Amino acid sequence: MRYAYFPGCSLHSTAKEFNDSAKAACSALGIELEEIPDWNCCGATSAHSTSHKLAIALPARNLGIAEQMGLDIVAPCAACYNRLKSAEAAVKDNPSLADEINAELQAKFTGAISVRPLIEPLSAPETMERLAHLIKKPLNNIKLACYYGCLLIRPPKVLQFDDPENPQSMDSIVKTLGAEPVEWHYKNECCGASFSLTRVDMVHKMTHDVLMRAKKSGADAVVCACPLCQANLDMRQAEIEKKYGEKFDLPVFYITELMAFAMGLPADGYWKRHMVDVRPVLKKTASTKTEPEECTAGV
Amino acid sequence: MARIGVFVCHCGTNIAKTVDVEKVAEAAKSLPGVVFATNYKYMCSEPGQNIIREAIREHKLDRVVVAACSPRLHEPTFQRCISSEGLNPYYFEMANIREHCSWVHDDVELATRKAIDTVAMMVAKAAKDEPLFTKEIPITKKALVIGGGVAGIRAALDIADSGYKVVLVERTPSIGGRMAQYDKTFPTLDCAACILTPMMVDCASHPNIEIWTYSEVEEVSGYVGNFKVKVRKRAKSVDASKCTGCGICYEKCVVKGIPNEFDEGMGTRRAIYVPFPQAVPNVPVIDRENCRQFVKGHCGVCQKMCPAGAIDYEQQDEIVTEDFGAIVVATGFDLWDHSALGEYGYGKYPDVISGIQFERLMNASGPTEGKIKRPSDGKVPESVVFISCVGSRDDEHGYPYCSKVCCMYNAKHALLLRDKLHDAKAYVFYMDIRANGKGYEEFVRRTIEDYGATYIRGRVSRIFPEDGKMVVRGADTLLGQPVEVRADLVVLATAVQPQPDAKELARKLGISTDQYNWFSEAHPKLRPVEVLTSGIFLAGACQYPKDIPDTVAQASGAAAKVAALFSKDSLTSEPTIAYVNEDTCVGCGLCASVCPFTAIDMVEIVDRARSTKEQQIMRMVARVNEGVCHGCGTCAAACRSHSAKLRGFEDSQILAEIEALANIYAAQEK
Repeated sequence: MRYAYFPGCSLHSTAKEFNDSAKAACSALGIELEEIPDWNCCGATSAHSTSHKLAIALPARNLGIAEQMGLDIVAPCAACYNRLKSAEAAVKDNPSLADEINAELQAKFTGAISVRPLIEPLSAPETMERLAHLIKKPLNNIKLACYYGCLLIRPPKVLQFDDPENPQSMDSIVKTLGAEPVEWHYKNECCGASFSLTRVDMVHKMTHDVLMRAKKSGADAVVCACPLCQANLDMRQAEIEKKYGEKFDLPVFYITELMAFAMGLPADGYWKRHMVDVRPVLKKTASTKTEPEECTAGV
Repeated sequence: MARIGVFVCHCGTNIAKTVDVEKVAEAAKSLPGVVFATNYKYMCSEPGQNIIREAIREHKLDRVVVAACSPRLHEPTFQRCISSEGLNPYYFEMANIREHCSWVHDDVELATRKAIDTVAMMVAKAAKDEPLFTKEIPITKKALVIGGGVAGIRAALDIADSGYKVVLVERTPSIGGRMAQYDKTFPTLDCAACILTPMMVDCASHPNIEIWTYSEVEEVSGYVGNFKVKVRKRAKSVDASKCTGCGICYEKCVVKGIPNEFDEGMGTRRAIYVPFPQAVPNVPVIDRENCRQFVKGHCGVCQKMCPAGAIDYEQQDEIVTEDFGAIVVATGFDLWDHSALGEYGYGKYPDVISGIQFERLMNASGPTEGKIKRPSDGKVPESVVFISCVGSRDDEHGYPYCSKVCCMYNAKHALLLRDKLHDAKAYVFYMDIRANGKGYEEFVRRTIEDYGATYIRGRVSRIFPEDGKMVVRGADTLLGQPVEVRADLVVLATAVQPQPDAKELARKLGISTDQYNWFSEAHPKLRPVEVLTSGIFLAGACQYPKDIPDTVAQASGAAAKVAALFSKDSLTSEPTIAYVNEDTCVGCGLCASVCPFTAIDMVEIVDRARSTKEQQIMRMVARVNEGVCHGCGTCAAACRSHSAKLRGFEDSQILAEIEALANIYAAQEK
């Protein structure tokens, strides 16, 4: 399996550990990632709240380059995936818009390739099978709240990924890793997203509600697949605890970090970048499994 | 050579304003076969018709062309007119120079030219007209009503009261339908059973009505006045002629805990059961899939206990074929299954129920004997949320249409909740309140103002359990804010949808359905109780969501149509229908597949060309069922070998029209 890899801006900056762990996990699982040369920002919230055309054109440029590479794109970041997929759908559904956009692009996007979120190949049954054989440090004894947020699954008509009301892809990975995914009802609620910069009060409330429900469901930690969700839940946690007088102590992992960790890949570099201390939770996981089963697939 | 008269109508100024009618009449005089042409202000009026009559006598006309309005409007008028002078009514053609010409054009010169062309075409066709004759079809004066809900019951009673025999077929063990499940009815709050059961009993005791419960229509053939219907009467395993309805059998039955369909799974029943106490007929049936006698091969408790000896394990399904003159379809509706909605928990939360389940919770004969208790733990709810439009007006998950009854029953439920449990809070989430019946708006106001139900305009985006409550989160779009209600019970007004097998029944009946599988009426405004197939009528919510008053009104309408049909001793058939030339038909069956009325059968005939004295060779040909054919001409248009033809619209006639038009333009080219 080979994909054009679109890391996006966050994964080259604030979410570096997402980038590193995604690459490490993919390489161990035989998923080849080739970074799109000269990729540009997907436009994020700024583009689509200012110009419809720009919001399509910016991601379309990356789509065009990937089309020249002849590879489908995977994007780890939920927001990047959302923008890239929306651009793909807009261009494929609207030939006149496609012409207008392509007039601006050097590498044209004709719709020959498609965009997928990185979790899709990571949670595919064949990957799951491979993963099961590669686990050296199973995440036993812990409960995890898989948090999908909004941008990975909504709007479902465009994104076409997982069940928008009760998504399962991360839950199935977590199960394979040996942890217990909890049943909870905030896995697809919004964390407040980029309002984190402009309406901190609102994000405090929204993120608090997510953390509170995760805690209530008995989770030891939260797992996510979006740099913005991770930032809000992890970075703002101390403020929220103080503001609401509640204690959460919920580390917020990227799913790929846990995959890399469970496969025994060097993960210390990731943990340094977390605000909430991850060590108590990792200690809780029993690492008794010493003899991994032989498997050569994809290694 | 035909002697054709042309009569051009002014239609007041409707035609004359845009078409030079004198010029048209003048031009008509030079058309081949035309011996007389004139114009008059109103051809359809008595003086106008007299002009035609006199011209027929004076000029010995044998064909008449009237250039006026649409034949849909006045063809029968002029046909009667010429037949009063002894002409075959099909020696008549109408040139539509109003709808097809004067009404849609404003240039007088061009419109006049078009009118002349149209007249020329109809004159050419009239020259090829053949005399056609009507036929008399006998009528079996007995009606079949399919479906024993309030629609079927009303229709059956009205037809029976008109003096005609009726068979009422119902597939469940009792008549009564959906209405029998309800607690009270809006807006009067009559107890549903109190007003329905007397009608059910009337049905059972009416000398003209036979009720076949636990029965289903298997096959329908024939046509108006002469339907042949095959019905499967499923084995009840109880001899109705012996059963006294004492109820010992189901008291003693050892198989318990089967979810009761009538209680929408909220209560349980035994393997032998009557669905509800007021069932008609009050004869139990054995559910053979669950009965120990049938599953394990031994039990016999009910048989031993029955004092009347009515239990008959050997009973077989009975197939009955009967003749009927008319059919009333009253098969009702189904409710959308909210387990498709992830945001409301995929149907997995026991305290998120549907409106019909709430009816059963409130009903004195329901699983809780009318006490409102939530299903999960039997707790009496302190707050209940009612959600409108669950699957209705929702293209994404359900149906784009409005289910029409939910606004009203939500109001009823909220009112009854507050009436039974004074301290309980009632919240209703709504998109719009559609209360457009007699006394409906007042009823909703009463729920809100007198009974204190809280109405919140907005959709619910999520329901989830937390701390023993159901958290209902949505938007209040009037406040422009998200709202959250912690409720004990959530009641969803799920969309009204067609019966799951509506399409299958439509196929058996040869009637059409719309994109959702509601049965299609013949005309949405002017023929709402008929379907395009003559002799079949619709009543109630099998056509579209309806409340009880509308359902009953339509049922009486359908019954009136049946009575009108049965008031004649025979039917006159239109002669302008299709026929098949069996000598040239290749038996491809295309006509049968395109016929919208299933009026064409494929039959086997002896191939005379290839058969010898020693050996008969058979081949398939299409044959038109003259009682069913509506003369739409689809088969004639589709037929590859020109074997399917339409009387009155033969190929020769259509080609003559085209040729006449082509000749005019060929002459102009020169």
